[in-house]
Amino acid sequence: MSTLPDSYLTYAQRKAGPDHDYYPASPVRDRAPVTLPDQAALGLWVVVPLEFFPLNPSGQPFKAPGAMQTPYPDLRHYTTRDYGNRVGAYRLLKLFNKLGLRATFAVQGAVAERYPVLVRDLVADGHDICAHGWDTDSLHHSGLTEEVETGYITRTLDAIETAGAARPDGWLSPARAEGFATPARLAGAGIRWFADWAHDELPTRFSTPAGDLAALPLSNELDDWQILIAYTRPEHEWHAQVSDAADWLAAEAKQLASPRILTLTIRPYVSGLPYRIRPLADSLKGVLDRTDTRVVSPRDLLAALG
Amino acid sequence: MHRDPNLYDFWPYKDRPKIVWPGQKKLAFWVAPNIEFYELDPPINPSRKPWGRTHPDVVPYSARDWGNRVGHWRLMEVMDECGVRGSISLSCAMLDHHPEIIQACVDRDWEFFSHGIYNTRYSYNMTEAQERAVIEDSIKSVMDATGQRIRGYLAPALTHTERTMDLLAEYEFWYSCDLFQDDQPQPMKVKGNNRLVSMPYSLEVNDVITYGVYHQSPRAYADALMRHFDQLLEEGEESGTVMCIPLHAYLVGHPHRMGPFREALRYITSHRDDVWVTTAKEIAEFYLANHYDQSLADIKARGCARPGTGFNPEGDAA
Repeated sequence: MSTLPDSYLTYAQRKAGPDHDYYPASPVRDRAPVTLPDQAALGLWVVVPLEFFPLNPSGQPFKAPGAMQTPYPDLRHYTTRDYGNRVGAYRLLKLFNKLGLRATFAVQGAVAERYPVLVRDLVADGHDICAHGWDTDSLHHSGLTEEVETGYITRTLDAIETAGAARPDGWLSPARAEGFATPARLAGAGIRWFADWAHDELPTRFSTPAGDLAALPLSNELDDWQILIAYTRPEHEWHAQVSDAADWLAAEAKQLASPRILTLTIRPYVSGLPYRIRPLADSLKGVLDRTDTRVVSPRDLLAALG
Repeated sequence: MHRDPNLYDFWPYKDRPKIVWPGQKKLAFWVAPNIEFYELDPPINPSRKPWGRTHPDVVPYSARDWGNRVGHWRLMEVMDECGVRGSISLSCAMLDHHPEIIQACVDRDWEFFSHGIYNTRYSYNMTEAQERAVIEDSIKSVMDATGQRIRGYLAPALTHTERTMDLLAEYEFWYSCDLFQDDQPQPMKVKGNNRLVSMPYSLEVNDVITYGVYHQSPRAYADALMRHFDQLLEEGEESGTVMCIPLHAYLVGHPHRMGPFREALRYITSHRDDVWVTTAKEIAEFYLANHYDQSLADIKARGCARPGTGFNPEGDAA
């Protein structure tokens, strides 16, 4: 059996703060108070990914959550995912209209190219749109050349713009996967904010060699896929967890005299199903009925960052 | 390999032409008991192992046989009580193995559709001739045993080839349950002038998914079924919806699961003023006669129609 070289016990990044230069250490409780519209104590940010899952994925460098599982042609998973874009998304739009909730739709380039009418419907309803990469099989990772990765980014921005939305300046990577160079390449392509990293609960600055990005918080733990699919919890438990999170964050906001942000990722192919839309409506209503809560947009979160 | 099956066009679930089911009903409700046979020692398809362990994989095999000996009869009684005729997703070898079950279904005027010959024989790697043989065997075997001409299909173990849907249309099937893209029927894009309807089969409320994938409790399943129903009934006011409950007696038929399931089925079937409790074939027949052309026209008018047919995006001209 081979043994490890001595270099295995050398620690080049062993220093105060994180082991990278993207952001410094900054305990959330020590930060200056932030401000949200209407002096709200709790901001609710809802992100809805619109994803395209190809029937013939390469699965490289890994298979995205939700990708095809059975041998080709896996019509089962292709159509259950596609259901989200054609039925689930419209069920969500109807619900958001009813609640007066302005969400951020994270749109993949392939969705914009295939379903431009969907993009126009998002715009018509006044929702925010950010880019979500090309598709779930065009993952960002350190093995991509600059040309390929920049191609994914600009092709996605172009497709969303061509479909009839403003050119996005926000980004969510497919499967929230990045390579080491991804943040700089996003900044270089005109992206101002992204939400891949799960390191914080408030907007933070994120340094790259090509300029700063704003990193917006987006919980991976309270994500609908995580709770309902990965943890296989029933809908009423997701509802309870959202409500508990809102209570906790609102109390913390009061204690710190600085608002907190509740972030929810809602997938049309998960939460847009008939048996899940009502528990989702109840969860959102529960949060929105709080007098201390306002729905926030990426603009509001960027303003809070100052 | 194709990136997109191109078996149907994008069709936003908004402002679609109104479907009204017979009797002014808003929701067409059907139940699909999968009456399946899994072989103890099936031959191997290189693309998929039939069993998790070496053969004989005693517990999962016998648990499925339990469905045909115990669970089926329990489920059938509950469906009788609620006045629901099943649309049977049939492993056609069941006609040979368990004629007693087939007869009980015939006596109740239940519909049969093909779910392949055995649920341990997968479509992967079949030649066209082999796939045709499965379809022809299905049609003939059910006809000989019951007098019914089957009009529906659900590929065995949800395994397909690129040509499956074209073949179904060619053999004058009316509907396929293989696609889960919608809560309303939709024309499928198949070769020639054949018509084939994608029938909503509600895979997400299938007991295999509930118990096998999502690991939910029987009561959570019943709650989900009732919520699913309430939502689709409400939407059916705008344009008629379809709800299916796909079932497997070997799962739902257990004593700890039947009670909550019966509550859900009683709840759903207590709404007959608004709900068409029917079979898949009757839904397909009505849709083909009354709403198929209207759907195609709407898809086209919205600019959503794309050229070609399934796995043939350029069309036959190319």
